[in-house]
Amino acid sequence: MKKEPAGNHKETMEIRLEHVNYIYGGDTELAVHALDDVNITLPAGQFIGLIGHTGSGKSTLVQHLNGLLKPTSGRIYCDGEDICAKDYNMKKLRQKVGLVFQYPEHQLFEADVLSDVCFGPKNLGFSKEEAEAKAKAALLQVGLSEEYFDQSPFDLSGGQKRRVAIAGVLAMDPEVLILDEPTAGLDPKGREEILNLIRKLKEERGITVVLVSHSMDDVANYVERIIVVNHGRIMFDDAPRKVFTHVEELENMGLAAPQVTYIMKALAEKGAAVDTSAITLEEAKQSILEWVKGNKA
Amino acid sequence: MLRDITLGQYYQTDSVIHRLDPRVKLVGTLLFIISLFVVNQFPVYLVVLVFLGSVIALSHVPLGFMLRGMKAIAFLLILAFVCNLFLTPGDILVSFWKLRITKQGLSTAVFMAIRLSLLIVGSSLMTLTTTPNHLTDGLEKLLNPLKKIRVPVHEISMMMSIALRFIPILLEETDKIMKAQMARGADFDTGNLIQKAKALIPLLVPLFISAFRRANDLAMAMEARCYRGGDGRTKMKPLKYEKRDFAAYGLLLFYMAACAGVNILSAHLPGILSWHLG
Repeated sequence: MKKEPAGNHKETMEIRLEHVNYIYGGDTELAVHALDDVNITLPAGQFIGLIGHTGSGKSTLVQHLNGLLKPTSGRIYCDGEDICAKDYNMKKLRQKVGLVFQYPEHQLFEADVLSDVCFGPKNLGFSKEEAEAKAKAALLQVGLSEEYFDQSPFDLSGGQKRRVAIAGVLAMDPEVLILDEPTAGLDPKGREEILNLIRKLKEERGITVVLVSHSMDDVANYVERIIVVNHGRIMFDDAPRKVFTHVEELENMGLAAPQVTYIMKALAEKGAAVDTSAITLEEAKQSILEWVKGNKA
Repeated sequence: MLRDITLGQYYQTDSVIHRLDPRVKLVGTLLFIISLFVVNQFPVYLVVLVFLGSVIALSHVPLGFMLRGMKAIAFLLILAFVCNLFLTPGDILVSFWKLRITKQGLSTAVFMAIRLSLLIVGSSLMTLTTTPNHLTDGLEKLLNPLKKIRVPVHEISMMMSIALRFIPILLEETDKIMKAQMARGADFDTGNLIQKAKALIPLLVPLFISAFRRANDLAMAMEARCYRGGDGRTKMKPLKYEKRDFAAYGLLLFYMAACAGVNILSAHLPGILSWHLG
């Protein structure tokens, strides 16, 4: 399935935003400042969580990364090239930066799964055979076996539709994969499956992944860097462990730290000598077990 | 890109016109349209212009916002003007190559252009100042007498309000679907007519599916709340005429009388004032 070793040409892919502002409804009274002086750099190969409350501007931000929205002011560089320049090849950008939207219903349209996934590579100018090869590889990689290839995408379950949608973007061989709320509307089991799939894709393809979510629990276990957006501004941009120390600020933004963090804090308040910076279930378990053992000794 | 269409939109602000009973606005718009097409003397349009101008001023809707909606139908206007100008037989005014402009053609074209633009500004003024719900409430009330001859008035107005309610939702949905397909390299802008039509399939299929799904959900939600049509149904906010509504009816009568008066007067006057249709 891995057609080429991950990372040989992907090391340089870097997206840089400089003083990006975005205002919509510009000339009416209802103008909204959706992005406010955003400065971030997304280096190649990182696994990034983009967190924000509904309406915080996180979806607006990711639509800038592949040129679907143009900043009102500021610059966006992809591989050092200004993507707002007039002669910039948007199709090439959208191939490099794959964006999977929240609802798979917004993109599925073909009569069968395979043709739907072929849509992206065909748009990039690949022949029917090449497109099908890419589509098949992508479908297998997201865990849909050949029996699904001929099915109608509309007959699939919610989780399967989402896999087809992800495959539809993956088939274009992006170097950056952005997923907008990939777990919305899924049950806990489906949520975990999709998140594990994304981690697997990240490892197998060696690509940059940006996971957009409003749930800290979703991202805490997976990402190496968290960017918190509120009212169009970047509030925090750091390793998860460090971001979660700002519990109060996060709560004021309508967000929350992972549930484990709360449990560990509550335990510490009761006098237990546990590590309050634990953010995953596994870490918390270790820390509690150590404390219990220490007590017995 | 799709948000630029202002035709038929509601403009949120507070004004006398916004507060008028929707029935007054519906009747007013109807009378206004009749006045546009019945008069055939040029000077009457000065009366119409003054009337329309004062209503626009009272409505607090910015003129620029209103005219932006006109852009969408500019093509139609120009087409009507050109067709009338060149295709009306009569006394030849100018002729070059195979084209002839006749006296009758010129006057029909000018009248048509004036009538159409006034018609569009006038009727969009109604939708700009009335929420869709108010509009259909007013329509239902106005058409009520037709129930006697078994016209399903309530159902018609219900269908209308649902249709109007879903326009912005479907526009937003179209925007999202376009973006999702553009992210997969779809191109809606370039290519010839056939390529452009083909490019619409990935847009239309999800749009139709979502429209049907929404219709289904809405039907379920209505049924779950025991909706069963108009019989014996009461309103939370029944329409009631206020003093200003009667005043508005009075003004409308005065406007119609003024139109008729000026029309008759200028028909009997010689000179520049007697420029008329036909």
